[in-house]
Amino acid sequence: MSAAEEVVTEGQAVEAVPKRAMTLGYGTSLVVLVALIITPLLVKNFIIFQMTMLLIYGLAVLALNILTGGSGQFSLGQSAFYAVGAYTSAILMEHANMNYALTLPIAGIICFGFGYLFGKPALRLSGVYLALATFALATAMPQLLKLGFFEHWTGGVQGLVVTKPDAPFGLPMSQDMWLYYFTLVITIGIYLASVNLLRSRSGRAFMAIRDNEIAASAMGVDVALYKTLAFGVSAGITGVAGGLGAIAVQFVAPDGYTITLAISLFLGMVVGGVGWLPGSIVGSAFIIFVPNIAEGISKGLSGAVFGVLLFLVIFLVPHGARQVAIVATQLFGKLKKN
Amino acid sequence: MTAMLNVKDLRAYYGQVQALHGLSFSLNEGSLTTLLGANGAGKTTTLRAICNMVRSTGAIEFEGKPIGTRSTENVVRLGIAHVPQGRGTFTTMTVEENLQLGAITRTDKKAIVSDIERMYAHFPVLKQRYTQQAGTLSGGEQQMLAVARALMLRPRLMLLDEPSFGLAPLIVRDLFGILGKINREDKVTILVVEQNAQLALELADQAYVIETGRIVMAGNAKDIANNEDVRKSYLGY
Amino acid sequence: MELFVNQVLAGVATGAIYACMALAVVMIYQAIDHLNFAQGEMAMFSTFISWQLMQWGVPYWGSFVLTVGFSFVAGIAIERLLFKPLAKAPILTNVAGFIALYAIINSVAGLIWDFTIKQYPTPFGSSPFLGSQLISTHQAGMIGLTILMLVLLFFFFRFTRVGLAMRAAASLPESARLVGINTSWMIALGWGMAAAIGSVAGMMIAPVVFLEPNMMLGVLIYGFAAAVLGGLTSPFGAVVGGFLVGVFENLVGTYIPGVGNELKLPIALALIITVLVVKPAGLFGRPIIKRV
Repeated sequence: MSAAEEVVTEGQAVEAVPKRAMTLGYGTSLVVLVALIITPLLVKNFIIFQMTMLLIYGLAVLALNILTGGSGQFSLGQSAFYAVGAYTSAILMEHANMNYALTLPIAGIICFGFGYLFGKPALRLSGVYLALATFALATAMPQLLKLGFFEHWTGGVQGLVVTKPDAPFGLPMSQDMWLYYFTLVITIGIYLASVNLLRSRSGRAFMAIRDNEIAASAMGVDVALYKTLAFGVSAGITGVAGGLGAIAVQFVAPDGYTITLAISLFLGMVVGGVGWLPGSIVGSAFIIFVPNIAEGISKGLSGAVFGVLLFLVIFLVPHGARQVAIVATQLFGKLKKN
Repeated sequence: MTAMLNVKDLRAYYGQVQALHGLSFSLNEGSLTTLLGANGAGKTTTLRAICNMVRSTGAIEFEGKPIGTRSTENVVRLGIAHVPQGRGTFTTMTVEENLQLGAITRTDKKAIVSDIERMYAHFPVLKQRYTQQAGTLSGGEQQMLAVARALMLRPRLMLLDEPSFGLAPLIVRDLFGILGKINREDKVTILVVEQNAQLALELADQAYVIETGRIVMAGNAKDIANNEDVRKSYLGY
Repeated sequence: MELFVNQVLAGVATGAIYACMALAVVMIYQAIDHLNFAQGEMAMFSTFISWQLMQWGVPYWGSFVLTVGFSFVAGIAIERLLFKPLAKAPILTNVAGFIALYAIINSVAGLIWDFTIKQYPTPFGSSPFLGSQLISTHQAGMIGLTILMLVLLFFFFRFTRVGLAMRAAASLPESARLVGINTSWMIALGWGMAAAIGSVAGMMIAPVVFLEPNMMLGVLIYGFAAAVLGGLTSPFGAVVGGFLVGVFENLVGTYIPGVGNELKLPIALALIITVLVVKPAGLFGRPIIKRV
């Protein structure tokens, strides 16, 4: 080839999302918050458990949203970080008898490190190549967890059973309800931290990279640092979600963290709206409930029904829940004026 | 003389932003017209609206037929060649393949071969480089290639968007000389958008000046070039 | 040494499967600039169609030709119906669409033909090829057919006007429209061709892995890996990539101790990623020259 070295200017993987459009208004946030606090008091334990999972997957989708919607990097490997988080919590609780709440920050930190290290070689990859690399990570993870070498810690194929914590201080609530509120507090904390992160200097750096990497580096953004950092942060949050997931499900096993989970999280992000953090919870609801709905409509064709529902969603609202929210806000605005 | 292209009340939009506010103008068959104006005046948008590459309203007629609702490729098939800003070169393909692509809508294979030879005669530098990837050409060579590619359509009308952009003055002179020759000898009607007003007015016989999406001056190129006030206030030389 | 040679040969034989699939992957990547996750399922469905035709008494080559034709039309239909409306949607939305298509095809095939494993015939026979126990005549035939498709594709893209137009539409859609190319139909055509090539891949692969709705799952992953390794812009690279991945995988299984079947895939993928980190455009990918 000629002297001209390749300068691949790929099409943007992600559309630019204005910074302010990444969050909800105060009023709406308050309504959602109140609904999240009150609902568990009115429903059965199983539904509370599902709501807990909703928050947990919501966190994992949020983490992917920071990576993809924030910094424009693509990952099909989130299930690997989720698995590492889950196993960290489970092993610390069962082998080291550590308090469940304390295991979560450790899971987060370990995953942050793992993500950061993974982000280093991934720096050289983008687009489909990065997708393949992360995909490889996701397919390798269950196999690694099964390895005989780690069996003493991980329980091999059998996995580990995790004890569900009771409500502390003798609070009169069920284990499920306690875990729900515990998860809710963590979710809100991480959500607020993420919003602040994306509004901060680092967040602006992420978005500059997402919108135009060359321009970002020309402005003095340390592209390599911020890209790996985005991977680290995303992995860290996913790890916390994984830890919570292990506690909620009371069980970790290699086959719980296959590529299917990574694909689900990806779908959750698309349905929720790429780059729109509140959409994460909508996306999470989609990946938890829609497969059940599909199963309910037709057992033999549940896959097809799921596919059709997914097509309907992306046909009607290709930009996900974000689009719905924008339209709703506009309608609301019009109503107010009249 | 009949008008070849007739544009009436053209309005164009980028999202919510309106870029053209009711432009009307016409091109006579065989003429060489230039569209002048400052940055952001709407010159490029006008060309893009003719080829339906931007959302627009208004009436556009080409040789008596309305073309406003045709897709870009169907506008091109009528014989309207558009050399876009940035030249639109297929950088990963060879020079010869680029020329082939210019004639992709034609079916007269023999004539295509002879037309390619004709282009090499017009632009000898392209012949030297015909197997090279077009991306390796210099800016001037790429502009030559873009013009040659447009001519391969055997167009009735050619739209050029700032052909002088980023080229050395000598090369611009060359290029404009060729454009004039094409206009006279091949009877191609040309509409050229330019920031280099002085040069464009020397070349053209008709001129329009636009400002913020409206036509503010129309007439004979020589008259406009000789009008001190217009030159100072709109053309800046 | 003999072990090594034998393992390489066996790798080439499995590699032929991946090469076949990778060719289809590259084909659609050229047309739509994206990896189609449903490609394997489309190939699987086509293979079932040919199987059904044979059940109804159509001879092998007759059903082969009918299936390729059906797949071509079906590929175009899928594009027109499902993906054309998404042309302006974000890329990630399109990826979600691929996943939806995957789920639909897999589930429908399971309903029509159920999930039991079915024998699938080969036109090339399955005796040892040139006396080698490692490569059968079927595998040799498959390699031959893959190379034939590659050559045909090369001529198509290099010397035909439609091929030229397709390349132009893929590389710069706006400029392509400005020379009068109907880019939207070029994309549909790309889908059709990819589906047709995929159907050939499916019919060649089925005798080896047996016919069932999930037969392409693993193959597609290897096909992606091969295509990416060889360079997504190069059909030739994809085929070479396919063979390399097959050989890689076999050698890893033979020479690295403790690697069972389970770990073959992750290790092969890890090796590929290592290659990509060193050479991000793939081994034979065309470096894109662009002024910034």
